[in-house]
Amino acid sequence: MTFSVNLSKERLLRAYRQMKLIREFEERLHVEIATGEIPGFTHLYAGQEAVAVGVCEQLSDSDYIVSTHRGHGHCIAKGCDVGGMMKEIYGRKDGLCHGKGGSMHIADMTKGMLGANAIVGGGPPIAVGAAIACKLRGNRFVSVAFGGDGSANQGTVFEAMNMAVVLRVPAIFILENNGYSEHTGAAYAVGSRDLAGRSRAFGMPAECVDGADFHAMYDAMGRAVARAKNGEGPSTIEAKITRYYGHFEGDPQNYRAKDEVAKLRVTMDCLKRFRARTEADRSVPQAELDAIDQEAVAQIDAAVREAKAALPPVEADLYSDVYIQY
Amino acid sequence: MPQITMRDALNQALHQEMARDERVIVLGEDVSGGAGGTSGEREASGGIFGVTKGLLPKFGEDRVIDTPISESAIVGAAAGAALAGLRPVAEIMFADFVGVCMDQIYNQIAKFRYMFGGKSTCPVVIRMAMGAGMNMGPQHSQAIYSLLTAVPGLKVVVPSNAYDAKGLLIQAIRDDDPVIFFEHKALYPRKGEVPEAAYTVPFGEAALVREGEHVTVVAIARMVPFAERAIDALAKEGITCDLIDPRTTSPLDEDTIIESVQGTGRLVIVDESPPRCGMASDIAAIVGQKAFRSLKRSIIQVTPPHTPIPFAPALERLYVPGPPRIEAAIRQALKDEDRA
Ligand SMILES: Cc1ncc(C[n+]2csc(CCOP(=O)(O)OP(=O)(O)O)c2C)c(N)n1
Ligand SMILES: [Mg+2]
Repeated sequence: MTFSVNLSKERLLRAYRQMKLIREFEERLHVEIATGEIPGFTHLYAGQEAVAVGVCEQLSDSDYIVSTHRGHGHCIAKGCDVGGMMKEIYGRKDGLCHGKGGSMHIADMTKGMLGANAIVGGGPPIAVGAAIACKLRGNRFVSVAFGGDGSANQGTVFEAMNMAVVLRVPAIFILENNGYSEHTGAAYAVGSRDLAGRSRAFGMPAECVDGADFHAMYDAMGRAVARAKNGEGPSTIEAKITRYYGHFEGDPQNYRAKDEVAKLRVTMDCLKRFRARTEADRSVPQAELDAIDQEAVAQIDAAVREAKAALPPVEADLYSDVYIQY
Repeated sequence: MPQITMRDALNQALHQEMARDERVIVLGEDVSGGAGGTSGEREASGGIFGVTKGLLPKFGEDRVIDTPISESAIVGAAAGAALAGLRPVAEIMFADFVGVCMDQIYNQIAKFRYMFGGKSTCPVVIRMAMGAGMNMGPQHSQAIYSLLTAVPGLKVVVPSNAYDAKGLLIQAIRDDDPVIFFEHKALYPRKGEVPEAAYTVPFGEAALVREGEHVTVVAIARMVPFAERAIDALAKEGITCDLIDPRTTSPLDEDTIIESVQGTGRLVIVDESPPRCGMASDIAAIVGQKAFRSLKRSIIQVTPPHTPIPFAPALERLYVPGPPRIEAAIRQALKDEDRA
């Protein structure tokens, strides 16, 4: 199992690129959504990038993840095509799901990305099922369920956690504790205020990690993956993190202190933290990170341009893919 | 009379019933919002669609309850509170999330009174926002009233306008049986004349929204204003229709529909729920059984296709029946079929 101290410069650059790509994807969506051109409602992942990337950098295309309504970061980190994602969000025919799912339902089976999910708590049981498949195949791969602090109050999540322990499957539960479920604070809605402790009570190890620290996330995930592949069963990682935007775009965020986000953008920025760390330990030349920043902006710019120009689905698409055969 | 939105009409109903009867409580996710937040603002939301606004400041945290994301526990707790003598109004934010708490609705609430031999009363209201048209995708857009209308023991309400919404919600709260109350998201901003004072609209009584002689049109929830548009356009050509809004699908006012069909002999049913085992096919079956001899031609059902609801606006527009499809269906209903 690799830990962050052993990561090559190339691997570190890749991790930074993934985080920056997610940040730029979301920051740009924030701007584009305000123009009214993007349909539906969208939940941005900005601020939480190190969680998705720290987790997924430990995975391959043969490992599985299930995601949430706030899924863009998980999708990018797991290798989904950014251009295809953007087209999906714009409701285009050659979007990753042909425009039929949209922001909350991006999936790519070839990348082990079993789907974002608009039902809070819908994903974890599905991840347990994929973990059963992994176990049958010798625990060489693992299955990861992403979920928020709010999702952790859903009975389906309790059921999935207990079943994963009972069946000793290689499942990993990532609880992204960003402090809010919609307009309600976790301080109110999570009775014990301790998601890791709650997970432990099901009989699995659970770490509580600083979710803005890529290195810490990567290492915690490394331990969980090692345990899963050893046949020792599931783990939980609670990532303490923040979201930079509202619950969905357009949320006035009356429940949040006025300066909260501005402050957290200084103290809880995974990109700045990554730079500080890699500058201090000289693992990555900072100029290379600057170059990545520019590449990410250009890549997202191209994705938006192409998505805007792409064609919508046609009538026949309405009726296709309800069944394979009927 | 003041013109207010359906959202405000529902909000008025909740305010008035909570003031009138202290057994009425409201519970759900973010019904007030702000609990545990860092701004200190307690009513940070007032419901994701604003229907429960102002309740928390007026009636307090004991009666206006923000819950964790736990739909099974929300509905189950509402059921238990109702058995224990309260009159809970539970909110399931989107009707699609009924998938999470179906047991509490289907096996518990719906069955109590019957299986306990008439000894229990469960006066619970479960409100939920439904319907397509906002590009919210396959898990946030469904119109599932047909699914729940199929369950004996539940009453099912599907208002199409602000006036009915207020009166039906007050009736639902005062009703001693469990009521599922569907609010179409696209109708929240629809304005109508609504008296300030509390009033009820009885269940099982359809509204005759338009009167005409050529075709009977039955439409549900958002399909009612769509049908109005189609019918008003045809009126200019001298084609007139009865437009019936059942207002509740359980109980269903069969008599009003049958009487109208006896007059017109032609029936178009407009239903936003899926075509299989839905309200359109249910009403068609009832009319086929009870008014067969009055029919001059086969019944026409206007529904979405048998597919999930697509996200892309280009597809969702095709999914939802709109005024052009309704108009075409009425024209078709006027043609007699060749009998093979
Ligand atoms: C079953 C269900 N209930 C409620 C919702 C509405 N909803 C969507 S996201 C959300 C909050 C989720 O909070 P959390 O799990 O902390 O994730 P976050 O939004 O913070 O990423 C809620 C209540 C839903 N989509 N599904
Ligand atoms: Mg959260």
